[in-house]
Amino acid sequence: MSMRNWIPLVFFLVLVVFLGIGLGLNPKEVPSPLIGKKAPDFNLAQLHQPNQTFSPEQMLGKVWLFNVWASWCVSCREEHRVLNDFNQLQIAPIVGLNYKDEPLDAINWLNKLGNPYLLSVSDSAGKAGLDFGVYGVPETFLIDKKGIIRHKHIGPVTVKALQEEIMPLIAQLNQEVN
Amino acid sequence: MKTWILLLFMFAQTVSAEIEVYDFKDPVLEKRYQSLTEELRCLVCQNQNIADSHAELAQDLRRKVFELLNRGQSDTEIVDYMTDRYGDFVLYRPPFNFKTMILWLGPLLAVLLGALGYSRVVKNTKRSPDKASEDDLKAVQNLLDKE
Repeated sequence: MSMRNWIPLVFFLVLVVFLGIGLGLNPKEVPSPLIGKKAPDFNLAQLHQPNQTFSPEQMLGKVWLFNVWASWCVSCREEHRVLNDFNQLQIAPIVGLNYKDEPLDAINWLNKLGNPYLLSVSDSAGKAGLDFGVYGVPETFLIDKKGIIRHKHIGPVTVKALQEEIMPLIAQLNQEVN
Repeated sequence: MKTWILLLFMFAQTVSAEIEVYDFKDPVLEKRYQSLTEELRCLVCQNQNIADSHAELAQDLRRKVFELLNRGQSDTEIVDYMTDRYGDFVLYRPPFNFKTMILWLGPLLAVLLGALGYSRVVKNTKRSPDKASEDDLKAVQNLLDKE
C-alpha cells in the first residue's frame, strides 16, 4: 500500500486522540481569569460576630484558603470532612465565604459538622461571590501573602487535590517573601 | 379540544412567568439588555445564555446587566465586567486571540484542505485513461479478444 493510502487513517487517528482528550476534560471547570490577580476586595459581616467585618486585606502576609460554601450545598457536606482534617494539620488558615445562605442555617450546619474556618463571612446577596466569579459552590481559592489569587479549585476539595496540588503550592508560596 | 388548547396556554404562561421582567423607561436600553443577555453564557447550564436560563446565577447576572445599563455603562464595559470575573467562556462569541485562533480559523482550514483534496481527486480521475499502463491495456485487449 502506498503512503497516500494511509493519510485518511492517520487523519482519523489524530481525530480520535483529540476527541479522546476532549472526553476526559471536565467542561464544568472553567479556568478563572482571576488567577495571578489581586483578590477582589470586600468588607462583609462575620458569620459568628455580625457586628465585626472582615476584608481580605486583613490576611496580608499570610498564605490562606478562601472557601465558598453554603448549608444548602450538598457537595459542601462531603468536602467539609476534608476541610476539617486539613485544618487539623495547621498548614494554612481557611476563611469561609458563606454564599447566599441564611446565617442561622449556616451556624447550625457548622455546629453539627464542625467548623474548620478561622472565620466565615456572610455573603447573603452573593455580591462578593460574583466578584470572585463564583458559579458553582463549593469553590476554593488559594491566596498568597500579597493577596494575589494563585489557584482555584472548582467543586469539592478532595484529599487527592490537597495532596497533589494545593499543599505543594502552599509550601511553595510560604517560601516567597512578603 | 378547545379546553386542551386553553390548558396549553395556561401552562405556557406559568413557564414564562418564571423569568423576571425588568421595567425599562428607555426602549433602546431594553434592546441592549436583550442582546447582551443573549450573548452571555450561563456558566451553570453551559449551553444556555443568561436570557433563557432559570439558574440562580443567570438571574444574578441579568440583574447585574440591568444595574450596569441603568448606571449608564456601555456594552463593552458590561461585557468586560463579565469577562473580568468569568473569563472569555462567558461569551458566546469568543474574542479572536492566540488561544482561540484554531477555533476561528479551524473551519476555514478544514474547507481549504477539503477543497485541495477534492481538486486532486478530480484531476487524477480525469487523467487516468491516458495514463493507463501498457500492461493494463494489454490485459483489457486480451479480455476483449476472448469475447
